[in-house]
Amino acid sequence: MSLGLLSIILLVLAVAGYVLGRRKAVSQVEGDIRKLHSLPPFYGRITALLTAVPAFFLIAAWLLAQPLFLENKAISLINPAELPAGKSAQLVMADVRRVAAGLNMLAARGEDVTPLLASPSALKTALNGAGVVLETEPTPSTLAATAALRDAGKTSRLAMTIAALVLAVAGLAFGLSRINPEYRARNATEQFAMWLLIGSSLVAVLTTVGIVASLLFESIHFFQLYPISDFLFSATWTPKFGGGSSLGILPLLWGTLYVSAIALVVAVPIGLMSAIYLAEYASKATRAWVKPAIEILAGIPTIVYGLFALVTVGPLLRDYFAQPLGLGNSSSSVMTAGLVMGIMVIPFVSSLSDDIINAVPQSLRDGSLGLGATPSETIKQVVVPAALPGIVGAVLLAASRAIGETMIVVMGAGAAAQLSLNPFEAMTTVTVKIVSQLTGDTEFASPETLVAFALGLTLFCLTLALNIVALVIVRKYREQYE
Amino acid sequence: MKDQRLETRVDTQTIKIEARKAQVYYGTNHAIKDVDVDIMDKTVTAFIGPSGCGKSTFLRCLNRMNDTIPSCRVEGSITLEGESIYDPRVDPVQLRARIGMVFQKPNPFPKSIYDNVAYGPKIHGLTRNKAELDAIVESCLRKAALWNEVQDRLNAPGTGLSGGQQQRLCIARAIATSPEVLLMDEPCSALDPIATAQVEELIDELRSQFSVVIVTHSMQQAARVSQRTAFFHLGNLVEFGETGQIFTNPKDPRTESYISGRIG
Ligand SMILES: Nc1ncnc2c1ncn2[C@@H]1O[C@H](COP(=O)(O)OP(=O)(O)OP(=O)(O)O)[C@@H](O)[C@H]1O
Ligand SMILES: [Mg+2]
Repeated sequence: MSLGLLSIILLVLAVAGYVLGRRKAVSQVEGDIRKLHSLPPFYGRITALLTAVPAFFLIAAWLLAQPLFLENKAISLINPAELPAGKSAQLVMADVRRVAAGLNMLAARGEDVTPLLASPSALKTALNGAGVVLETEPTPSTLAATAALRDAGKTSRLAMTIAALVLAVAGLAFGLSRINPEYRARNATEQFAMWLLIGSSLVAVLTTVGIVASLLFESIHFFQLYPISDFLFSATWTPKFGGGSSLGILPLLWGTLYVSAIALVVAVPIGLMSAIYLAEYASKATRAWVKPAIEILAGIPTIVYGLFALVTVGPLLRDYFAQPLGLGNSSSSVMTAGLVMGIMVIPFVSSLSDDIINAVPQSLRDGSLGLGATPSETIKQVVVPAALPGIVGAVLLAASRAIGETMIVVMGAGAAAQLSLNPFEAMTTVTVKIVSQLTGDTEFASPETLVAFALGLTLFCLTLALNIVALVIVRKYREQYE
Repeated sequence: MKDQRLETRVDTQTIKIEARKAQVYYGTNHAIKDVDVDIMDKTVTAFIGPSGCGKSTFLRCLNRMNDTIPSCRVEGSITLEGESIYDPRVDPVQLRARIGMVFQKPNPFPKSIYDNVAYGPKIHGLTRNKAELDAIVESCLRKAALWNEVQDRLNAPGTGLSGGQQQRLCIARAIATSPEVLLMDEPCSALDPIATAQVEELIDELRSQFSVVIVTHSMQQAARVSQRTAFFHLGNLVEFGETGQIFTNPKDPRTESYISGRIG
């Protein structure tokens, strides 16, 4: 049974649960609903929830856990002797998965796949026709593994369908059995909703944990191949895809911090001041069109900013500043990328700060003005301090955007990893190097590729540290002023 | 009648603020109609009247706090020592330094108690050193009957005080700038009888240096602290005169019914 059909059946069961639950509650009090603890819809609702939610959870958990169990058998069928040179069983398994998926697709279209299984060459052509491109004809052991995988998949799907339906019916029966006039269906629905909400936030947290875990796992893999002290403290970054590279993060980290710092130096004052203008001085009509106009900046794709950096800002800075001052003649420079990135993140600072400044109560402004303070004194001493926690948040958001930005750096600052103080020299950042290491044509298990994960982890730690620092600042400030 | 009596008062006391045919509109809502009031120097004037009759609105006209409300429009003439305060040449910032205000709702800044009181003296440069500032803060907090409660937590946030303490903090903050006129909008609405008595004592004391205008819903308070009383009703000034006369011998039937609790 397909997932869609199964879901529809479950939903039908849930609707039935609603109707039955409601009807049972009403009939138990002979239509006098004042005798019920809760209004009739609550009895229907809780029965429907008990029917559908556990079953859907089961399906989700099953689908997530399935690959772990299905592939054991298939892997054991792959013959180590048949592995092509340089390929691991894991890589062959990838092929197995693709072949199995292709076959399932053909079968779903109503084609007869049994003859294909007998002839590898016919299978290859048929799969090519279906959009699954294989490099070589599948070997017998691959085919055996594919068959095992498909079998296991079918059994598992059948078991899942049965389990989900049984669970739904059981939930329905359980829900109905609990209904009596004293049953607090309203409170139970409330509880159920709370658990659903907790579940949703758990998904977000677990995803983060999962991402960090996978980064950590691959980074550990990398540090087994490459010494961690060299990675952290070496000042040279020269990856050689033949091996023997030097992979020191310092130049990249320096580039990231340098570019982001310039971006923030541009964005924070401009953004904050325009936010103050918008919130405190601008008339309603002005604000109504200036604010969206600034926010457009955030909607421009970064590649367009990159072009702007490459074609306009870079050459301009080189011709009017770098060359006359004797600071170099490269049109890609930290300054170019930083300036353009700063413009990009202005709306992050201004738009959020503006909302926050607007949320400061008018009575505080009145209090200050009533003491004979000027509007700007009021803003400086009362409004901005009151809005500071939010403003720090806005700056932080801008900083994270700047640290994670890639396109503008590639086009504006170049790809040369170096440690230099000269803002008119080409430099590069962590994100750019993650991209270039992963898009290379090397095998996946080499340190040159795996370093991308270590770089990603570093970036994660950097933004995490930034968040913690901001949190501490805000908390300290709150303690003082709330 | 009324005018005659005012004439005689002018001889003995100077008029600080004079309002003639003052009108206030919020958009199309005519909130204050044809109000004529004289605020005497070194006198406490009480504004009484039912809720929503325009006491706060009129009070806010006197130091141009209504400028901060975009829909608000003021007409007529209001003068401070003979100069129109709505003249384009008048700097509202300067004006508000001379005419201080305590708002109806306590609005302490999200700063420490000390900084709340020191705010005005700091921006106006009233002190030469920290010791003088400390002295001003202490004396203002004492006058506002708050010193004993906060003397050992001056660095705690002002927003962490109770409602009544916040109200007294705002009074301390307003008198710290030593204004010539102090406008107080229901300064005792959240205070217990003891603190109320202390604030009334303060008002009486302030009268020796400057004039005070107080909005109050308590007839007893108006009778206790003020020398002159104005009764507002539905945006009109119904009666204005000596406090004793207003309370014992009101001329207008509306005043009489309000004071005896029949309208409000
Ligand atoms: N900011 C404003 N915008 C529009 N209308 C307002 C505003 N402030 C007050 N008003 C209106 O002006 C009238 C007078 O209000 P005001 O606050 O002066 O009354 P009040 O006499 O101080 O009342 P209370 O004793 O309840 O404080 C009311 O009808 C009110 O609705
Ligand atoms: Mg009022």
